[in-house]
Amino acid sequence: MALEQDQVRNIAELCRLQIDDAQIAAYQNNLSNILELVDQLSAVDTSDVAPMAHPLDAVQRLRADQVTESNQREHFQQIAPATERGHYLVPRVVE
Amino acid sequence: MHNKTIAQIARDLAAGEYSSVEVTQSYLDRIQQLDHNYNSFITVTAEQALAQAAAADAMRAAGNATPWTGVPMAHKDIFCTNGVLTSCGSRMLSNFVAPYDATVVANFNNAGAVSLGKLNMDEFAMGSSNESSFYGAVHNPWQLDHVPGGSSGGSAAAVAARLVPGATATDTGGSIRQPAAFCGVTGIKPTYGRVSRWGMIAFASSLDQGGTITRTAEDSAMMLNVMAGFDPKDSTSMQQDVPDYTANLNDSIAGLTIGLPKEYFRDDLSSNMQQQVRNAIAEYEKLGATVKEISLPNTHLAIPVYYVIAPSECSANLSRMDGVRFGHRCDDPQDVNDLFKRSRGEGFGEEVKRRIMVGTYALSAGFYDAYYKKAQQVRRLIKNDFVEAFKQVDVIMSPTTPSPAFKAGEKTSDPVAMYLEDIFTIAINLAGLPAMSIPCGQVDNLPVGLQLIGNYFDESRLLNLGHQFQQVTDWHQQTPADLV
Repeated sequence: MALEQDQVRNIAELCRLQIDDAQIAAYQNNLSNILELVDQLSAVDTSDVAPMAHPLDAVQRLRADQVTESNQREHFQQIAPATERGHYLVPRVVE
Repeated sequence: MHNKTIAQIARDLAAGEYSSVEVTQSYLDRIQQLDHNYNSFITVTAEQALAQAAAADAMRAAGNATPWTGVPMAHKDIFCTNGVLTSCGSRMLSNFVAPYDATVVANFNNAGAVSLGKLNMDEFAMGSSNESSFYGAVHNPWQLDHVPGGSSGGSAAAVAARLVPGATATDTGGSIRQPAAFCGVTGIKPTYGRVSRWGMIAFASSLDQGGTITRTAEDSAMMLNVMAGFDPKDSTSMQQDVPDYTANLNDSIAGLTIGLPKEYFRDDLSSNMQQQVRNAIAEYEKLGATVKEISLPNTHLAIPVYYVIAPSECSANLSRMDGVRFGHRCDDPQDVNDLFKRSRGEGFGEEVKRRIMVGTYALSAGFYDAYYKKAQQVRRLIKNDFVEAFKQVDVIMSPTTPSPAFKAGEKTSDPVAMYLEDIFTIAINLAGLPAMSIPCGQVDNLPVGLQLIGNYFDESRLLNLGHQFQQVTDWHQQTPADLV
């Protein structure tokens, strides 16, 4: 399936990826080729086949609702780009 | 000293032939002298390694040594290492000093191993040539203008160049087995869920599995003894007893049935490749195994299924890289959307962006059933092929790759051509089975790999088969010409 350039821009927006306009055509070409590769799947009859999410069909394990980790905020925030008083800083969202 | 295997180093250390500090220093010297040729390490942790080695020697002197005490190894840079850069081969994490150890890393530390550093890889493990790393391409020690394979190209090249006797690696679609084949070394991807994924930076969570790259099957067994096991921190870790993987290495393989899938021995495979793999299978027949042709009829659908499932899961996993809590952040963001978009646009390389976009598209409203759900259904058909096959045979064998290592730059401009590289390895990840690649011949002075595919949790049998082959052949002892 071939994508239009506007679709590529829309996907990039959904992904929160800045893509230069000069590169849109290359992405359009490569993404269209990949989608063409995977389009083979549509011809397969899967009407009675259950989707497979885990190779061993395991289910999500649950654990007791108990505290197992101690708070390590300072340790983890050491690698953050910007913090203040224990919070992560981003540009103002609400005026 | 650098030609010794993990098993030999462990024996020498136990016999007091040399100390851990001596063997560690010898590898560190060798990395410094030679790695500029290969670019296999992103970070060398010389100081920490020597400290670990000294601690190991002290432990041995106190009479508390175990098989791994003081043995050097290295980690793929996808495993989080407390206090050490963990880049995943990406600009996005080029400032990420992990605040904790992955379970696999902690297991090796607890076993007394010495980590020499962090190994190069394709960015976020997405690639088959190790050309997509932010830290530059890795070169194949057999021929420097050829690729080492990927994504664990640094692990494979470092082991092939004798810069380290063994390395951790990961495999989502062939990322252990294909580089092992290209570099003439031994690599095993265990059953999905066998090795903890906690602290292993996620690419495609239902496919990713940690494993090993070493020179011999015996060494892989020793590494797996440290790595394998249930981990309550990994919700997909399997609760299954872990055998001693070294216990059955010497068992006879007489009477085993080897399945050869006709779809993996295609006409377009070069006659040289076919011949090397057929010769290897003939060795197994001499050892008493019998051969049976089998069919895995949905093989041709494995790559299309993978290129829906892997990008979809990667688009979700990589959404955490947003420039807020860790990793790369763009300069002067105008608003929060600008912060996300430019941090991610600058931080990720081309292939990673392509896969995020394919995955986001496949998961977007209106397309989910046609892509992701459909792929999961076909995935079950692929798994069922293997389940049927293992009713008839004990192990399946095939070439690991369609050709030996290709030249650098040959496939970088065509993503789909690069994807087809993994044609013989990818179905195994979809099924979640264990598989190994061992060196079994050469074509044009480049190594060729034999792939052994086992039933679920049958790693011991694969290691046994690899070890028995390595007792009667010497392909695993071949060394790149420059290193002789």
